[in-house]
Amino acid sequence: MAKITIDGIQIEVPDGTTILNAARMIGPDVAPPTMCYYSKLKTSGGYCRTCLVEVTAGSEKDPRPMPKLVASCRTTVMDGMIVANNTSAKVKDARAGVVEFLLLNHPLDCPVCDQAGECHLQDLSYDHGNYKTRTDFERRTFEKIDIGEKIQLHMTRCILCYRCVKTAEQITDGRVHGVLNRGDHAEISTYIEEAIDNDFSGNVIDVCPVGALTDKTFRFKSRVWFTKPVDANRNCENERCSGKVVLWYQGEEVLRVTGRKDQWGEVEEFICNTCRFDKKQTSDWTIEGPRKINRHSVISANHYMNLVKPKELKLNDIKQITE
Amino acid sequence: MGRKILLEHIDVPGINTYEVYRSKGGYASVEKALKTMSPQEVVEEVKKSGLRGRGGAGFPTGMKWSFLAKPEGVPSYLVCNADESEPGTFKDRYLMEHLPHLLVEGMITSSYALGANTSYIYIRGEYFYLVRILEKAIAEAYANGWLGKNILGTNYSLDLYVHPGAGAYICGEETALLESLEGKRGNPRIKPPFPAIAGLYGCPTVVNNVETIAAVVPIINMTGDEYAKIGIGRSAGTKLISASGHIKKPGVYEIEMGITVEDFIYSDEYCGGILNDKKLKAVVAGGSSVPILPADLILTTANGEKRLMSYESLADGGFATGTMLGSGGFIVMDESTSIVQNLHTFARFYHHESCGQCSPCREGTGWMEKIIHKILKGHGTLEDIDLLWDIQRKIEGNTICPLGDAAAWPVASAIRHFRQEFEDFVKNPSAQREVKYYFHCNNIDTAAAYSSL
Repeated sequence: MAKITIDGIQIEVPDGTTILNAARMIGPDVAPPTMCYYSKLKTSGGYCRTCLVEVTAGSEKDPRPMPKLVASCRTTVMDGMIVANNTSAKVKDARAGVVEFLLLNHPLDCPVCDQAGECHLQDLSYDHGNYKTRTDFERRTFEKIDIGEKIQLHMTRCILCYRCVKTAEQITDGRVHGVLNRGDHAEISTYIEEAIDNDFSGNVIDVCPVGALTDKTFRFKSRVWFTKPVDANRNCENERCSGKVVLWYQGEEVLRVTGRKDQWGEVEEFICNTCRFDKKQTSDWTIEGPRKINRHSVISANHYMNLVKPKELKLNDIKQITE
Repeated sequence: MGRKILLEHIDVPGINTYEVYRSKGGYASVEKALKTMSPQEVVEEVKKSGLRGRGGAGFPTGMKWSFLAKPEGVPSYLVCNADESEPGTFKDRYLMEHLPHLLVEGMITSSYALGANTSYIYIRGEYFYLVRILEKAIAEAYANGWLGKNILGTNYSLDLYVHPGAGAYICGEETALLESLEGKRGNPRIKPPFPAIAGLYGCPTVVNNVETIAAVVPIINMTGDEYAKIGIGRSAGTKLISASGHIKKPGVYEIEMGITVEDFIYSDEYCGGILNDKKLKAVVAGGSSVPILPADLILTTANGEKRLMSYESLADGGFATGTMLGSGGFIVMDESTSIVQNLHTFARFYHHESCGQCSPCREGTGWMEKIIHKILKGHGTLEDIDLLWDIQRKIEGNTICPLGDAAAWPVASAIRHFRQEFEDFVKNPSAQREVKYYFHCNNIDTAAAYSSL
């Protein structure tokens, strides 16, 4: 076990835990934001640099600070380590820089993007970004590549987090897509246009933090905050599929099916393409109940879950407040 | 005349062949190491010599070797980094072209010290002709019993391979090099773990520069203590410097560390002074990625002492008034050089070579290049200069590998020392365009340059 202090809060975690996971154990106020790290995927993380933190004391034995900011998702804790995340001006500055870099060539077409409302980049730039852009250069764009009937690849929006590449490598049987070219021309592609088509390929949609990979069966059907999420399950004939999903309803109609995402926006259990694309009738599923969504999320805007009715104020109360 | 150690026999005709190399005392270090020393003794000798990595970072080689993990039943590897792609650096090419056996000999001795039975020379794709030269040297070494099974009748065996890259600058970064060697996309790995723990194929690996490995040969021959006496302070030994730019005698020079920068630029033994006897404007002392310094700061430190060609003296004053020895790519610029134009060349290079893995470097290098281009073309504003400064600050130190730093440092130093020139471009672009600024060879009198050789 190692004792670690993050933003003044002490916690004891098992050896080998990363700083990020230790911060997540403390809570969402302390946890650094992540764009590329995905706890369900091995070797993910380290690319986006949004989770940089300052280590002000390396360990009990060697209390020297680390010279550079470190990626918290790939740095393991040491006993006696002291980490500054939100309390460090250096970290905030670097994070604002990273957001600016990520948005530099991002089209910011949120009004027509299906991911809007559940987009990690949107949240990140809302929390850490600038109000104004400092670039007036033409943004980088890509030709759309057809990668099959069900999944839409819109490379212009991609932030190259490598999550979909790792998903294809670790979850599906055989990866047919990867990163081509280098630098700011790097792109996710299948090289010679080839359909990404196997049982679990749909999961790349769920892991994509932005709107680069979207569900063709859901495209332009509705904004996510107009749909109502409902937990449901079925006995999937595919052994590796958990069958635990979220159905996104509009009225009586199931508009889309996704995996269940936890509070960090990560899928709890991966689901197969049959569940995702072909089972869109309520009769296919056993309904568990409404999905709980963080009330700060825009997705919960039209839901009446978790809301507390405001206390009715009496005249005397108002007087007290104004005094 | 400065002392030559690596290039001692460079003028001997046919030194690239085995017979001549052997007659000049070649492969003596292998004999000495394998027959009279244990691997640990070789490592100790290199430690004593104070040899530091010649690829750029200047990390003590002996210490790097002693970090190598030695778990049971797992092979360890030595990889020679011959992916020399830093603009301004061409010393390894020279060494491999003329003294291929020196590198092969260094590889055998070093591999023995590290207990590696398989070693690789990862060579830059553009150096295709060198692959043939090295393979010929390796074949000769095999034929004469210096490589293969039971070398010199001992129970030590070694196989040496040459592996050409495909021409990416990033593959000079040691972990990207290992990825490339494994046949993957040349993306740098996230450290830790360091290659000394998990490198090539997950096994403990040491990656060393060509010059570092070549320097092991004289260290073993003359003992580490003797080698440590050469040079100055913690900068022991000799260093190959690739001198280029506006000088009378560009080329590769072996210097004993500790000579003054002034001597190196102006003495006839080395660069021979500035071309056409113009004034010195600026120097990039260690390859394109190290900070550029104006004439007064490269010749003397901020304290008024003479600056020496050594790791410490060049770094004196930090990045505010100092620079780095780096890989020894010494680029001299005379008064006719435009720093902004030069910087654009560098920025374009780093934009082109960024691997695209982490966001600050991927997006930032391209952004910086565009802004410098805008300033160069006369469309810049004064805010653009501040923006440029802010961008480099946000790249530096926040990336996976040092390429981000390498892209940020030239920009930072150019603005730090030559801000006036940027402002001139902004304020009076048409006048700036009329001045004949060329970093390329257009206005260099090449006939005069060659006749002075």
